[in-house]
Amino acid sequence: MIWLTWRQFRTQAAVLFAAVAVLAATLAVSGPRLADLYRTAGSGLVDQVSRADQTLYYTGLLVVLAVPAVIGMFWGAPLIARELETGTHHLAWNQGVTRTRWLATKLGLGAAASMTAAGLTSLAVSWWSSPIDRAVNGGGATDTYFPRLDPVAFAARGVVPMAHAAFAFVLGVALGLVIRRTLPAMATTFALYAAVQIAVPTWVRPHLAAPDRTTVPIEPDGAPISVQDEAGQIIAHLDEVPGAWITSQQTLDAAGQPAPVPSSFPDCLRTESGPPTLQQFEGCIADLGALGYQQQVTYQPAGNFWALQWAETGLHLGLALALTGFCAWWIRRRVT
Amino acid sequence: MIEFHLNSRSGLPPYQQLVQQVRHALRLGLLNEGDRLPTVKDVAKQMAVNPNTVLKAYRELEHDGLVAARPGVGTFVTRTLADGTLAAHGPLRKDLQRWLTKARLAGLDDESIEALFMNTFRNAAGEDVA
Amino acid sequence: MSAVLRAQGLGKRYRQRWALQNCDLDVPAGRVVGLVGPNGAGKSTLLNLASGMLTPTAGTIEVCGGRPAASAEQLAKVGFVAQDTPTYAALSVADHLDLGRRLNPNWDDHVARDRIRRLGLDPKQRAGKLSGGQRAQLALTLGIAKRPELLILDEPVAALDPLARREFMQDLMEAVAEHELSVLLSSHLVSDVERTCDHIIVLVDSRVQVAGDIDDLVACHHRLTGPRRAPDTLPAGQHVITASHTDRQTTLLVRTDTAVHDPAWTVSPLGLEDIVLAYMTRPADAVRDTRPALEVLR
Repeated sequence: MIWLTWRQFRTQAAVLFAAVAVLAATLAVSGPRLADLYRTAGSGLVDQVSRADQTLYYTGLLVVLAVPAVIGMFWGAPLIARELETGTHHLAWNQGVTRTRWLATKLGLGAAASMTAAGLTSLAVSWWSSPIDRAVNGGGATDTYFPRLDPVAFAARGVVPMAHAAFAFVLGVALGLVIRRTLPAMATTFALYAAVQIAVPTWVRPHLAAPDRTTVPIEPDGAPISVQDEAGQIIAHLDEVPGAWITSQQTLDAAGQPAPVPSSFPDCLRTESGPPTLQQFEGCIADLGALGYQQQVTYQPAGNFWALQWAETGLHLGLALALTGFCAWWIRRRVT
Repeated sequence: MIEFHLNSRSGLPPYQQLVQQVRHALRLGLLNEGDRLPTVKDVAKQMAVNPNTVLKAYRELEHDGLVAARPGVGTFVTRTLADGTLAAHGPLRKDLQRWLTKARLAGLDDESIEALFMNTFRNAAGEDVA
Repeated sequence: MSAVLRAQGLGKRYRQRWALQNCDLDVPAGRVVGLVGPNGAGKSTLLNLASGMLTPTAGTIEVCGGRPAASAEQLAKVGFVAQDTPTYAALSVADHLDLGRRLNPNWDDHVARDRIRRLGLDPKQRAGKLSGGQRAQLALTLGIAKRPELLILDEPVAALDPLARREFMQDLMEAVAEHELSVLLSSHLVSDVERTCDHIIVLVDSRVQVAGDIDDLVACHHRLTGPRRAPDTLPAGQHVITASHTDRQTTLLVRTDTAVHDPAWTVSPLGLEDIVLAYMTRPADAVRDTRPALEVLR
């Protein structure tokens, strides 16, 4: 059974692993240079990264983010859908191997290969990017690079990509099993996986580890402040907690109770035309601070990175296991 | 060795067709004592026919004492149906041919000839039984 | 003799439609069973139930003494060549044999290689490049070399030209002779079935109309021709399958286990095709009123 699985899978596997190898080789060439730069420049590295390495930084991010989706679409979805589509499941399921074992071998090998591919990619990219990540966590300017905890970078670092790949693979298999057509199964896999990748950081990940909470004064010389919604909302930036991932903010009134931004603030910022001047802005901020308003910021500190990584890994592996159970049930009961 | 064939329009079950073909061959001297019949497997393969059908036919022939199965060797003809009458076939055929010519001269077509023959044959057979 | 296939009250429903219902069968081992019936009668459904590709909605089915596809041992006992004889297009002929060898405990590699050689197939050829007949032969090779107790074939020759069909059937019959294999095959060609099968199941409109050994069926069905009369005046032992009347004459097709003595009837024998067609054309209400699954006495 392992032989058959391998025989059917080897071409797709070879393509992806070859791509991973190319990426890893490219990173291996320029990685040591970046590490040397960090040794000499420290957090100041962020201003000295070459244009080529910047491109490589974003390429790495994109590749690690894309690998699980590609695995789900090109390894997972066709795995059973293609058999159902061409009728070869009639052949496969009438050999001396039970359907459950057939499925278990395919899922087991496929998931292992998926996790290996995603793991290797993530390892290479995480290693290459680690000087930049450390520089950012050490207080380097963050406009160009993402902190490791930022949703964009988080899914491209550490062990999480392996779990994402396992989940995407089993998701593809399950959808292929239910939809029974390769192309629709691939499309649905992509759509659902993307939806999960948006839903988890938005609603789930902030609660996977205990957040920190801090209250910052609203004052011109304090934490940088920006406004949203025509000054109806205030956003504080935690420059003194580098690498943090701010998950929510709340404005508090003088009594320390959550309150909306008072209307006096947008009124103060109103101009005849164009944006308010810096002086006007600072004046309004000072007025708001004088009223006793403060900003409460909830965030995941950089130190929670691994706690969040393991929690998210557990979550996705759990989802993958649940989908595996579903596949086993469906293939015995519902496939006709 | 005999080669079988099946006629799907004969109305006879396949195994009876096989029996009939062996008996026919025995009667006409095409098969003689000691001749080997093709193996069940060979017949099944050659004619794409169920081996049980061939077995059934051979068993019936065996039951009639015409053939005997020697395990591991094959099925052999033990008795021929040609015996003395074979010599008489020639003159009888000539008589029949002469009769057929007469019937045609009298204006009978093929169908009428066959009907007349079968009718007479059946009546004669009935009298024999009675 | 033990049963190779036994079904009781077997039924399969797809959403609202019953593809097979009230199916009672008891097929002895060692037979070559022909399953005939019009398209959509439920032949494939029955075969898929027997191979365990489908699970029943109602009733039970037992094949070679066990629930179909319940375990690896059970799977080893039954071979299934599905409709259109699917093979892996990207795998070579040799790969398919490899697949069979690795996945089947009783695999007979000698038989498999011998067959491929005799068929003149190139082991390196991809299955996707084979003709329909060659693909069917490859699928049959997998089924035979697996050395099952029962080989199930769903319309194996439907897509083949007459020559390929003949070759396929020749090889199948050879395998039956050689390996004491039971076979269950569906076909809509009664002439094929008459040649190759010794047991028949007629399936019409999702129900079994008649099942039994072909010789018994032929022996107990007769055509009665005589002066016009109502069919319900027949003795109790004679079941009318079809009846047709002109103003003077009545023609009945009856099943009876005893001889017909009524001198008013002219009794003539029936071929298998006549019998099968009679059961297929029987009016639908007659099927539902009388108990249809006439298991012929052996």
